[in-house]
Amino acid sequence: MLRRIAPQGGIAGVTLYFEGAAVTVPAGTTVAAALLQAGAASFRDTAVTGSPRGPYCMMGVCFDCLVEIDGQPNRQACLTVALNGMRVERQRGAALLDPKAGEGA
Amino acid sequence: MKSFDAIVVGGGMLGAAVSYGLARARLRTALVDEGDVAFRAARGNFGLVWVQSKGDGCPEYAAWTRRSADDWAEFARELKDRTGVDVGHSRKGGFDLSFTEEDLRQREGLMTRLHDQAGGAFRFEMLDHRQLSELLPGLGPGVVGGSFCPLDGHANSLYLLRALHTAFQGLGGAYFPGSAVTRLAAKNGAFEVETGYQTLAAGRVVLAAGLANRDLAPQLGMEMPVHPLRGQIMVTERVRPFLDHPTAHVRQTVEGGLLLGDSKEDVGFDDGTTAPVMKEIARRATRAFPFLKSARIVRAWGALRVMTPDGFPVYARSAAYPGAFAIACHSGVTLAAAHAGPMADCIVGGRLPDDVAVLGPERFHAA
Repeated sequence: MLRRIAPQGGIAGVTLYFEGAAVTVPAGTTVAAALLQAGAASFRDTAVTGSPRGPYCMMGVCFDCLVEIDGQPNRQACLTVALNGMRVERQRGAALLDPKAGEGA
Repeated sequence: MKSFDAIVVGGGMLGAAVSYGLARARLRTALVDEGDVAFRAARGNFGLVWVQSKGDGCPEYAAWTRRSADDWAEFARELKDRTGVDVGHSRKGGFDLSFTEEDLRQREGLMTRLHDQAGGAFRFEMLDHRQLSELLPGLGPGVVGGSFCPLDGHANSLYLLRALHTAFQGLGGAYFPGSAVTRLAAKNGAFEVETGYQTLAAGRVVLAAGLANRDLAPQLGMEMPVHPLRGQIMVTERVRPFLDHPTAHVRQTVEGGLLLGDSKEDVGFDDGTTAPVMKEIARRATRAFPFLKSARIVRAWGALRVMTPDGFPVYARSAAYPGAFAIACHSGVTLAAAHAGPMADCIVGGRLPDDVAVLGPERFHAA
């Protein structure tokens, strides 16, 4: 299990919302680190079998930390810096692209 | 020196398919593979099992393609039974989309020629924008029409390569990775294959080393005039299934990711990616399906296809050294069932299938 080893004191905090719950972390923290600190073990359900997955590599390679951020699906939580007011949701299965979204383009 | 009934040089899509076929026919077979430093066309496939557009002017190649596509479902089932690997094959027909009236006219001409030269064995339909829209959700207004061929399908080419290797070794085949061939020789009716590590011997040898065949084949009295043609491919995040049929430029895998591709560049032995080509691929994909503009690209790569002077496969049997063969093509996925089946079965008997008699390298010297 991944855990934070850097000290937290003395740094200004930012607050994001994970599944509606406020999570406050030091500025510069990634979304993945913030969610782990909040106790989340799994961030998403896989696109094919719906199995739970959480961060593995924390460096942008494994794509197992995918979440929905401010309505955008499949964002890599480990490569995204947490910002005040961010709305983060679990990525549940494959993202839905709407074929009608391109009509009239 | 280790002795076998057959040695296959090259562990890509062709070599793995033929090796599997030879091992299934109970030949003690060695598969000699260069390794991950090789230009692995088999790692850059688009994954189409494609009939439309193949063999214009060469009815034998068109028929060979149809034969393989017809055998593919059984081939995929057999691999699943042997290895547990589902290669994700489906055959619901495929589309080629046209963006201008002129493209559409040329497409209809090509499809008509393929139909006429096949005496009806090749079936197709030309569809206008409205007809296509009923089958392909979210189709862009820039698509004027396209061709549909019910014989087309697709599969996961990476799983295919893995399944072939697994099935080959499951049948007792001997796999030699990291073994670039340094020398080929014929001695007393047998062949010796030297790698950096060992020398192997067998009564039959099949050269399926992709672009390396150009230098290997002459050592056993065959010519193999292949050259690299780069293709770049991009893959999107996995999204919910919406595209039931593959198209020549966009296909959705069973896992949900979208493959975007079909670029062709003559850039020598450079297998990298470039922004202008990727931009053009993305532009064409979003013209076909505008809503893809919000799909995130997660990977892109370049791969060197193995191309022949006329684009058709080359199957060579050495006249000077009976038992030696060299094979090359750029449609290793489509033809995998034929290579594992009739091709391997004929090589067991020391010959090439009659189906491909016109596909030898001699054709490049015809007056």
